[in-house]
Amino acid sequence: MTVHSGDWWYDEAAGPLVRPYALVSGRTRPVWGDLHLTTQVRSIRTSNDPASLSVEHTEIMKLCRKPLSVAEVAAYLHAPLVVVKVLLSDLIQRGDVITRDPSRMATAMDMNLLQKVLDGVRAI
Amino acid sequence: MVSVQSDQRDDDLAVPVAVKIVVAGGFGAGKTTLVGSVSEITPLRTEELLTAAGEEIDDIVGVEGKNTTTVALDFGRITINTELVLYLFGTPGQDRFWFMWDELASGAIGAVVLVDTRRLETGFAAIDFFERRQIPFVVAVNCFDGSYSYTEAEVRHALDVGDAVPLVLCDARDRESSKAVLVRVIEHAMSRIGVPA
Repeated sequence: MTVHSGDWWYDEAAGPLVRPYALVSGRTRPVWGDLHLTTQVRSIRTSNDPASLSVEHTEIMKLCRKPLSVAEVAAYLHAPLVVVKVLLSDLIQRGDVITRDPSRMATAMDMNLLQKVLDGVRAI
Repeated sequence: MVSVQSDQRDDDLAVPVAVKIVVAGGFGAGKTTLVGSVSEITPLRTEELLTAAGEEIDDIVGVEGKNTTTVALDFGRITINTELVLYLFGTPGQDRFWFMWDELASGAIGAVVLVDTRRLETGFAAIDFFERRQIPFVVAVNCFDGSYSYTEAEVRHALDVGDAVPLVLCDARDRESSKAVLVRVIEHAMSRIGVPA
C-alpha cells in the first residue's frame, strides 16, 4: 500500500478529511504504554459506551473483532503507528479492547512454544 | 509474559500469542518477496513517523515538517492456530533506519539474513547486528536468478560466518523454499536454547 500520508483517511469511504494528529488531539504518547508491533488486540463485542466513541475508535473496534496485531491495525487503517497506538490505548483504558503482549524472549525460555511454531510452519 | 488487561467477558474472546521472525538484508535482496511467498495475506505496510534524530516523536511541533520522516515496515502473517500467530517483519532497506531494528528484533524468535550473491556485502551489517544481540539467525542466499556461482564455503568466507550459523540456499519467490528457510530459523533457535552464549 502506498497511500500518501496526506491522503490518510480520505478514500472512497469519504471519511473526515483531517490530519492524523487532530484525531488524537495532538497526543503522541499512548496513555497505556506497552503496545508493540505484534501486540495482539481484540475488541469486546459491544463498546461499554458506544456513543462516546469517535469514528476512528469505532473503526478500530470493528477491525479488531478478530484479534489483530497493532501493526495490522495501523496498516489496514493506513494510519501511522504512533496514532494507532494512542487510539488503541484509549480503547484499552475504556475496557473496549483487550490485549496481550507479544511473547518476549521466547527463545530464551520456551521450547514448547517454538515446537508449536515449527510444527505450524511445516504444516502450511 | 502475557497479560490480559481487561476481564474477558466472553469465553471466546481469546487473544493469541504472537511471535515474530525478522527478515533482514540489503535493498533488493528479496525480503518482501520471501515474506510474501509464505504469508497468508499480501504483505502489509505500516508506517512510523520519526524525527530526523531517529527517535519516536515526543511532540507534534514540526510533525510532517522537514524534520520528520516516514519509515515503512512490510510484514506478513502466518496464523498457526487460534492461539498462536507468527509475524514476518522485513527490515527497512535503507541504512538510515538502523535504529528501527531494535524494536523489530526485540522478542524475535530468530532472524533471516537474506543475501543476494551479486551483492554479498549487503549482508554484513545485518549479520553483525544479530551476532551482537545474540539473536539466532540463518543466512539465506537468494538464488532467484538460478545462477548460484559460489560454493557454500566461499559464501561463508566472504561473509565471515562460521559453521555455527546455518547457511541455506533459497528462492525467495518459492513458497516451499521460503518455508524451508523459516523452518531452519526455528530449528536453529531451538538448538540454541540451553546453550550458554
